[in-house]
Amino acid sequence: MSGGERVDGFAAAQSESRREAVRLGSKAGHEKRTEVLWRDYEDPDGLRRLAGAIKQHTLDHLDVYMAQAEERLRAHGVIVHFAADAAQARAIVLDILQRRAALRVVKAKSMATEEIELGPFLEGKGIECLETDLGEFIVQIDADHPSHIVKPIIHKNRREIARSFEAHDLGAYDDTPEVITRRARVFLRRKYLEADVGITGANFISAESGRLVLVTNEGNSRFCLAATRCHVALVGIEKIVPRDRDLGVFLNLLARSATGQSLSVYTELISGPRAATQPDGPDEMHVIFLDNGRSDVLAGDCREILRCIRCGACLNVCPVYRQASGHAYRGVYSGPMGAVLTPLLAREEGQGHGGSGGDEGRGSGGAGGAGAGGPGGAGGAGGAGAFLAFADLPRASSLCGACNEVCPVDIPIPDMLLRLRDRGKRAGAAGTVVPPSTMAGFARLASRPWVWRRALATGRLLGLVPAPLRPRALRVWGTNHTLPPWRGGAFRKWMAARKLAGAPPGLSAPATRTKEKP
Amino acid sequence: MSDARAGIFARVRDALAHLPEKHALPEYASDVVLSRGAGDVRTPAAAVTRLRERMEAVRGRVFTDGRSLGAWLVERGAMRGYCDPALLDVVTGALGGFADRIALETALDRARIDDYQFGITRAAGAIAETGSLILDDTTTSRRLAALAPWIHVAVLAPAQTYPHIPAALAALNRDPYIIFCTGPSKTADVEGILIEGVHGPGEQAALILG
Repeated sequence: MSGGERVDGFAAAQSESRREAVRLGSKAGHEKRTEVLWRDYEDPDGLRRLAGAIKQHTLDHLDVYMAQAEERLRAHGVIVHFAADAAQARAIVLDILQRRAALRVVKAKSMATEEIELGPFLEGKGIECLETDLGEFIVQIDADHPSHIVKPIIHKNRREIARSFEAHDLGAYDDTPEVITRRARVFLRRKYLEADVGITGANFISAESGRLVLVTNEGNSRFCLAATRCHVALVGIEKIVPRDRDLGVFLNLLARSATGQSLSVYTELISGPRAATQPDGPDEMHVIFLDNGRSDVLAGDCREILRCIRCGACLNVCPVYRQASGHAYRGVYSGPMGAVLTPLLAREEGQGHGGSGGDEGRGSGGAGGAGAGGPGGAGGAGGAGAFLAFADLPRASSLCGACNEVCPVDIPIPDMLLRLRDRGKRAGAAGTVVPPSTMAGFARLASRPWVWRRALATGRLLGLVPAPLRPRALRVWGTNHTLPPWRGGAFRKWMAARKLAGAPPGLSAPATRTKEKP
Repeated sequence: MSDARAGIFARVRDALAHLPEKHALPEYASDVVLSRGAGDVRTPAAAVTRLRERMEAVRGRVFTDGRSLGAWLVERGAMRGYCDPALLDVVTGALGGFADRIALETALDRARIDDYQFGITRAAGAIAETGSLILDDTTTSRRLAALAPWIHVAVLAPAQTYPHIPAALAALNRDPYIIFCTGPSKTADVEGILIEGVHGPGEQAALILG
């Protein structure tokens, strides 16, 4: 299988039950989103465009808003850090933990921490780092990976979960979802109360107030912030919004787009360590702003992807995601947004702008491998090698455009997929260079009108050719597809008849012909 | 660290310097974010009616007298729980005859957190549009008391209800930890099946007094 078909390969290798779980889960998510948005709003599309415009404005002035958010946070007693890349971010977290001699960490769901592989890193340093979101917890005990950015275990059924609970001493086999949930409640409750530090991400940060916004349903992030004395939040620099009032736009869209709720169960607005009169919660709070390739993306022509608020609506609606599931995207981010973001953020360790690992050069790292990148080029200045490893993802799309239509911040994902395909082709990604022999026959056919006519006329004979004698490509394709009956040539006949009859141009063709493109 | 900060700011500024155009912050009226009908709530009484409707829609419970709350707690076998000391007199009075049957503790011991069947704390406000209760660090006596017990009861006055999200956002103060709570804790992680009471309360109630 060539490099261009890796997602296909994952889709084909997937068990029928997993495919069905993902297909049903994502379909239900999409239907609920649509129902709720149109039930609650006169013009949901207007709201999406407004949200996109606010986020784009913020990105276009990110230096100003980033400085403002930093200043507000510091004014509220928050310790603010900046991490150029994953290695730096991990080192900052480790330093905070070591200063406190912390050995136990409870963690809320955060894509940024997944991106820097924080959990495995801390475990490697002898620090327990427990995922507390139910789905993420199950992924963690299974040593699996999330397959959806909002519903991490969309690919698992209750029987698999019950088996792994049994294997991890969380009770005898019982696949009732309520029992599974209660067991996790009991187990994790102890863990919160024993933990030294709570780690979270953030859905938004308001530059105006420095408020960090966490949106959850289970209450696990609340527990992380009620039971521990130190809060560390890892936040991508693109999470900033200008003002508190803008949160009204985003909160309404996020919950409806992600889970079809009017508002998620818990919206936490955090602007510093606990109040002096409050006995519970952190008295120390750190915010780590993470770049890790984002500033490079901002410099490229796919910068609109930084508007993304991680709702998962584009995954749910995507025909490719529904068949292939999240693991096919081989990264933290999956579906259409992942097909854009993963290649753009991809970089080899030590190759970014950081170098806190002390090994690779710092500052200009990554600039050498820009491929077609740099300002104006697709993407940014990430490493060409790392980009090429994921250059197949933008090709795993039918460009149907549904991802753009459901996006709460109106990201033109299909346009970016095309730009990234172009970048991949220019960089010589596997699967983009078509061997001349493959298309040579067709080229000869299509560039000679008389040959083309003859081929159309005899095309119907192809249906009579015994399957083993058909061209190989057609046979492979035919294993999963059925050809419609051949009707080639009919349009030409119809056109010729019209010309003879002197029909005026512009009238529509007979209804039975409208879908044909002979 | 400061190197990283300088580097990030430099790269961001450099990226922005090459932009062909910079988009202005769009002007918009706050009511564009209102869900259908949220703008109709104009009086405190209407706000409370809407709050009840919306809280029930997200499977929360609203009580406007303490006796109904008491009966509901007893029905659930919730006979022992935590009560914010500042609310003790008010709640005891409101519970009426149930006050003798339900034990209210005014201290919360982390070591036996699962012994508290309910937690009663003050709310900082509510949002009618979404059926949300607003908690914060200043009015909530203990973060854990509003979170760990199976039942959480937030006590508030009718005048504390904001009609919609924009009004609640406009009223945000300097409190470091403000939470909009919309119904009980829930998950649909396992096969998309809704289960309530994951880490937080499995029952979210409001007691509106006044």
